[in-house]
Amino acid sequence: MTGLLSSVRMRWLAAIIVVANGAFPALWIVLTSFKSEAELTQKPITYWPQNATLANYIAAFRDQPLPVYLLNSAVIATISTIVSLFVSALAAYALARLRMKYRDFILTGIIAVSMFPLVTLMVPLFEIMRGLNLLNSYWALVLPYTVLNLPICTLMLVSFFQDIPRDIENAAMLDGCTRLGSLWRMVVPLAAPGVFTAGIIAFVNAWDEFLLSMSLNAATQYRTLPVGIQMYQGEWAFPWHIISAALVIAMVPIIIVVLLFQDRVVSGITSGGLKG
Amino acid sequence: MAEVALRSVTKRYGAVEVIHGIDLDIRHGEFAVFVGPSGCGKSTLLRMIAGLEEITAGEIRIDGRIVNHLPPRDREIAMVFQDYALYPHKSVFDNLAFSLKLRKLPKEDIEERVRAAAGILKIEHLLDRKPRALSGGQRQRVAMGRAIVRQPKLFLFDEPLSNLDALLRSEMRAEIKKLHQRIGKTTIYVTHDQVEAMTLAERIVVLSGGNIMQVGTPDDIYNRPASKFVAGFTGSPPMNFLPARIAASPVALEILLGDGSARLAASLARAGAYAVFANRNVEFGIRPEDLAMRRVGANDVSLPAQVVVVEPLGAETLATLQCGAGEMICRLPPNEAPAAGENISIWVNMDKFHLFDSASGSVLRAN
Ligand SMILES: Nc1ncnc2c1ncn2[C@@H]1O[C@H](COP(=O)(O)OP(=O)(O)OP(=O)(O)O)[C@@H](O)[C@H]1O
Ligand SMILES: [Mg+2]
Repeated sequence: MTGLLSSVRMRWLAAIIVVANGAFPALWIVLTSFKSEAELTQKPITYWPQNATLANYIAAFRDQPLPVYLLNSAVIATISTIVSLFVSALAAYALARLRMKYRDFILTGIIAVSMFPLVTLMVPLFEIMRGLNLLNSYWALVLPYTVLNLPICTLMLVSFFQDIPRDIENAAMLDGCTRLGSLWRMVVPLAAPGVFTAGIIAFVNAWDEFLLSMSLNAATQYRTLPVGIQMYQGEWAFPWHIISAALVIAMVPIIIVVLLFQDRVVSGITSGGLKG
Repeated sequence: MAEVALRSVTKRYGAVEVIHGIDLDIRHGEFAVFVGPSGCGKSTLLRMIAGLEEITAGEIRIDGRIVNHLPPRDREIAMVFQDYALYPHKSVFDNLAFSLKLRKLPKEDIEERVRAAAGILKIEHLLDRKPRALSGGQRQRVAMGRAIVRQPKLFLFDEPLSNLDALLRSEMRAEIKKLHQRIGKTTIYVTHDQVEAMTLAERIVVLSGGNIMQVGTPDDIYNRPASKFVAGFTGSPPMNFLPARIAASPVALEILLGDGSARLAASLARAGAYAVFANRNVEFGIRPEDLAMRRVGANDVSLPAQVVVVEPLGAETLATLQCGAGEMICRLPPNEAPAAGENISIWVNMDKFHLFDSASGSVLRAN
């Protein structure tokens, strides 16, 4: 096939559209972060930075306590991801394996709950955290992020757990594992692609969250990145170039996390080994 | 070694009862085979013994100790699964070593026991591989290695050979038998293949629909089946059945086949025994090898028949015959095989027939 619309070309075209659509804004921010303010406002616009500069990055660290925000975000996202994965692994195991009554009802319930708009939760969460005296603490965000990530993590793990042959667990239990032992030693490692994918989604959700973070952790000391980046904006000024630099810094950890685990996700250690 | 005792063991899934109160004793060091058609509850029964399924009612004892609520890991049982259930993320060595590591054995002991088991099963060269890099037969060996390395009291096998091709299956069958002779541990083996059951078992447990149909040695099961079901389940091809009636006079016993057109006179010895069943509607059962083209024994009786199909198998030839009462398959030496369409006389060995009650299917016991 050499036609313009051959299926191979169409596939490439579709892939390019998807990648460009996803990558362009990020790329634009990266380019902007190396431009001076003057270059940013000049017409006609430039695409490639004319005089690439690191000044914006220096300014980003100077104008706001960026390392504090980074640390807060990292701590909150990491803890909530780990707890989410732990709890949802147990829930998913029960849903995938035990002969439960109302299993489908529970699954539907989980999906329904995950569709609640966040705004509706904001006021009650604020009241609860104030009542618990947790405003401006890591807990104020770790707890809601953990809970908010449970539905998606659980659903994802259920589908992965279901694909693991029960007899592998049975063999492990005869070999000396408890039921939970076989969950941690067999099911979770074998569902690794699912676990890492769920983990990445949970981490990114927590890393990106703005609304709750802004209302529950207003103190600088506990502010997370998305809210922190908002602080570069002055009453009169909107320093695009510096915000871009801060955004790039905010993207780096996510990229590292994804690259770190993509390998595990792709390696597909579950393939083979079961039926002849 | 271990002794297993089942007392009124029952399993219900919701409202459906799949095992109906089974009583069974398996002796020290015995090789017992559960055999029966698909869905009869063999695996369920085995899993209950392993502790992988709960028992709805009844009692299971291993070495006299009630294990109803003992978790699988405390039962000292090793099991080989139909799909092998190897740990895909562990190497062959770690598959074998897993149970020993959980029991915190010293590293050298683990190494030694794994190497010994691998040696017995000839998989030493595979120890570094992952299961996905193994052939079906090799996976089977690893699964068996994982079972023997534990040195359990009791071995359970759930159709371990059903994923292998015919050649490998008979090779592994011999291997399993050798292993049992060497280790001598109590073994329960599930299969739906009656050939496996006959060749491996010291005792066969025939199951159907969640009930035990018969327990006995392969010889018992084959030559003294307790019911039409058992008789029809063993042998390949299985026993022939023809509807019949028993006609008895004080001096002779005759079996009227089908419409009554054919009469088979029973040998004197058996006539007396069956006299009490006179006028009963029965199923007349005869194995393919107890039919012949010529008279062999004094008690042979001939029957007119037409040859329908002839199937040469090399060492023997199977011929399907149509006689007045129905179809029969006979097993013949190849040089005696008739041609399809031929009208022949087939000789029935009247020392070997079985009679089953038409209604209940249970054997009519000659006493
Ligand atoms: N989890 C379950 N829920 C409901 N019924 C079940 C369940 N597991 C098994 N059964 C039923 O129990 C009966 C026995 O099943 P089992 O797997 O023991 O049969 P089997 O003799 O091993 O058959 P096969 O030779 O096909 O493996 C079957 O009728 C099956 O449908
Ligand atoms: Mg089965």
